[in-house]
Amino acid sequence: MPDLSTVFAGGIRCPNPFWLASGPPTNCGDQVMRAFDAGWGGAVWKTIGEPIVNVSSRYSSVDWNGQRMMGLNNIELITDRPIETNLREIAEVKKRYPKHAVIASLMVESKRETWHDIVKRSEDAGADGLELNFGCPHGMSERGMGSAVGQVPEYTTMITEWVKEVARTPLLVKLTPNVTDIRAVARAARRGGADGLSAINTINSITGIDLDTFTPRPNVGGASAHGGYCGPAVKPIALHLVQQIASDPEVGLPISGIGGICGWREAAEFILLGCGTVQVCTAAMHYGYRIVEDMIDGLKTWMDEKGFATINDFQGRSLPKITDWKNLDLNYKIVARIHGDKCIGCELCYIACWDGAHQCIHVDAGDRSAITVTPIAKLDSLREGDGKTPPERIPRVDEAECVGCNLCWLVCPVEGCITMEQIDTGKPRESWTERTGAAS
Amino acid sequence: MSAEALPLARNLERFPELHPPLDAQAALVEANRCLYCYDAPCAAACPTHIDVPRFIKKIASGNLRGSALTILDANILGLSCSRVCPVDVLCEGSCVLHRYNQKPIEIGLLQRHAMDAFYAKSPFLAAGPRPEAPARVACIGGGPASLACAAELRRHGYAVTVFDDRPLPGGLNTYGVAEYKLRPSDSLREVELVRSLGVEFRQAEVGAAVSLDSLDQNFDFIFVGVGLGAMERLGIPGEDRPEVVDALRFIAHYKTSHETHVGRIVVVIGGGNTAIDAANAARRLGAEEVHVFYRRTEKEMPAFPFEYEHAKVEGVQFHWLAQPVEILDRAVKFSATRLAAPDASGRRKAEALPGSEFAFVCDMVIPAVGQGRLMKLLAKSRGIGLDNGLIAVDRPTGRTAHAKYYAGGDCVNGGREVVDAVADGKRAALAMVRRLEISRA
Ligand SMILES: Cc1cc2nc3c(=O)[nH]c(=O)nc-3n(C[C@H](O)[C@H](O)[C@H](O)COP(=O)(O)O)c2cc1C
Repeated sequence: MPDLSTVFAGGIRCPNPFWLASGPPTNCGDQVMRAFDAGWGGAVWKTIGEPIVNVSSRYSSVDWNGQRMMGLNNIELITDRPIETNLREIAEVKKRYPKHAVIASLMVESKRETWHDIVKRSEDAGADGLELNFGCPHGMSERGMGSAVGQVPEYTTMITEWVKEVARTPLLVKLTPNVTDIRAVARAARRGGADGLSAINTINSITGIDLDTFTPRPNVGGASAHGGYCGPAVKPIALHLVQQIASDPEVGLPISGIGGICGWREAAEFILLGCGTVQVCTAAMHYGYRIVEDMIDGLKTWMDEKGFATINDFQGRSLPKITDWKNLDLNYKIVARIHGDKCIGCELCYIACWDGAHQCIHVDAGDRSAITVTPIAKLDSLREGDGKTPPERIPRVDEAECVGCNLCWLVCPVEGCITMEQIDTGKPRESWTERTGAAS
Repeated sequence: MSAEALPLARNLERFPELHPPLDAQAALVEANRCLYCYDAPCAAACPTHIDVPRFIKKIASGNLRGSALTILDANILGLSCSRVCPVDVLCEGSCVLHRYNQKPIEIGLLQRHAMDAFYAKSPFLAAGPRPEAPARVACIGGGPASLACAAELRRHGYAVTVFDDRPLPGGLNTYGVAEYKLRPSDSLREVELVRSLGVEFRQAEVGAAVSLDSLDQNFDFIFVGVGLGAMERLGIPGEDRPEVVDALRFIAHYKTSHETHVGRIVVVIGGGNTAIDAANAARRLGAEEVHVFYRRTEKEMPAFPFEYEHAKVEGVQFHWLAQPVEILDRAVKFSATRLAAPDASGRRKAEALPGSEFAFVCDMVIPAVGQGRLMKLLAKSRGIGLDNGLIAVDRPTGRTAHAKYYAGGDCVNGGREVVDAVADGKRAALAMVRRLEISRA
């Protein structure tokens, strides 16, 4: 059986790399203890600071194709509970769950003494590490905290340095995605002495507008404010930002990956891009702590199949496979093949290629008579349906014209019906850089 | 006469609907399951060619009225069709998901969802603008074929009058479809929709109160959608006994009156869908035993398999290879039959076996053996060709041998589904419109 136990950012130990991200699921000690019972390896406490006042309502979401919460948006601030209460509960959790990781997420005024004070108190309470919330994109940023810090590299370095002056436990800086180049802030955190990075926090968003009241959601007494977006929809953005900082030689810090993780597959993807741990918020809000069971089980099964004994064995494996476009092989060619035996005749590939790609998929106009009548079973000597797709509904690919864009394969609802197959062009590998002789 | 004139409320209580409707959330989930096939097979399989993926995606987008209009554009009786269509052999039968180890999309229920929303809100449609060369069309018969023909013509702006000899329009949709599938009130709502387009309804019998000559004089085209008329007679002794009630009359009666008498032991004669409707109705009205006798076997029975299965669940008992020879006092005398070798058309004739007669005790007999085909007047006086008792037409246009006369529905196709009648009526209307536009040009 693979071993999931992890030591992260030079000293945070946990039985597995699955942490709850700072948010409603980590609001209080009772919740975190239930989460540990369910199997979570660590928890980043709901951001601690001077207690705030929240509004109601606070969340809105994007549903997609009948599925709820493809993306979640919130305008909640940090904890609304006193600092002492949070710290007392951290102490209690640590006493009862010494092997699990409890990380104190912190956000206070940009004053050196205030930061020194909260860091010392959190560590005295027993936190295994610190996470500086430089990412919250709404509300707190209007008060000069959260992403207002995380968007300015100099502030990021400065506060990280203040914390580092007193911190005894590993220090993580949580990054905001709401910047032009996330690497600049990541480097700034590194300069300040951070031991690791957490990425990403939520993305600025307006999820939608009520078409009857014209008020964007969430509605707070007839008005709304932009919020932070997370959940399955943000995973591709999060993966990209994680890859950016993981590949940057000037950053070189351990990363705790966050953003749209719902199961073991996404977790594996973040780890393949270099993360040492992963954090989950929306999925736990949607389905509860129990989802961690299959995260652990699924990841272990997959690791077994691949022959990986530890997280280290595959951490960062995909990083070398991401390069600049200019280095890709221009002579690599694939074409679409439609396997008629699997085709159900929906013709989605045909219309996608015809209207949305390169007009190289064809259907033979079938002889569909304009007059259709209800067959009367047994009297009309029904054409016995053999359950097969009529040949005239199975599209054909003109391989000479196919550019190998993947669109038909992406829209095809049937697994394995369209495959993209490599064609030998007989030409050697050649990148754009090589072809144009351009200096890279 | 208005819809309220029927004692509907009581009937509605009597038979709960066979399939409950989808609620809004379930409809959304189901609509989202639709793949949105291009040039979709379900639309091709529909005799009226409703653009099924289009109306389903409109449900998914929350555009319910647009969804309903998409349906009504192709099929003005979208409401009744959503309830009575044998979707297994039409749209749903051709859903590509069958080939993907998945349940086909519940197209019938989704159509009903859109139609129910339409009728709950503002069930009116606007007629088309008055054409440059106005014309008048008479539709004989108030059933689905005529309603579809009339609606299509109004959408092109032409004037239409429907002549119907029953107290209420709607034809078999109002009087002849089993009520657990379609309530008469729903049929009448569709009639009102057609009326909202500006179609004039006259409850008068053509050939009696209104002469064919006067129609010829006053109308540019005449559409014949008179259905099949009364059921064919069995042609055996004892048929006029009071305990003999033909299936269409029986179904019409229980749908429209307070109390329908039913026997304790009922014999239904026939093997078609009407026989099954009547047998189910008899069971639900309280008959202790209902026996269907058919002269061929289960294999040749023309009823749809799911109708047959449903009847078995209702407790109807089936007897094969027996045909009635006489109706006695509280019994039917049957003769056993055997099947001859298939003839040229592949049908196997049932032949009586001499000396095999037996009596079956019962106290009610419901013959359901094909419907009469009374188009003699048209044939004789207008030279409209009949083929096997049905009006002969050019299928794509519905045009008869007489240039002014078109026909469609059961009197042409011999008794198929509502959706087939609608398709016939619509095709005929479009053919008339084309002719009117060509003659103007
Ligand atoms: C309601 C809500 C409250 C959150 N509060 C915090 C917070 O207090 N501190 C913080 O660092 N991140 C907070 N987050 C951000 C999450 O920790 C996480 O970065 C983000 O939701 C992306 O992960 P996910 O896609 O798994 O939800 C919050 C997110 C949500 C949805």
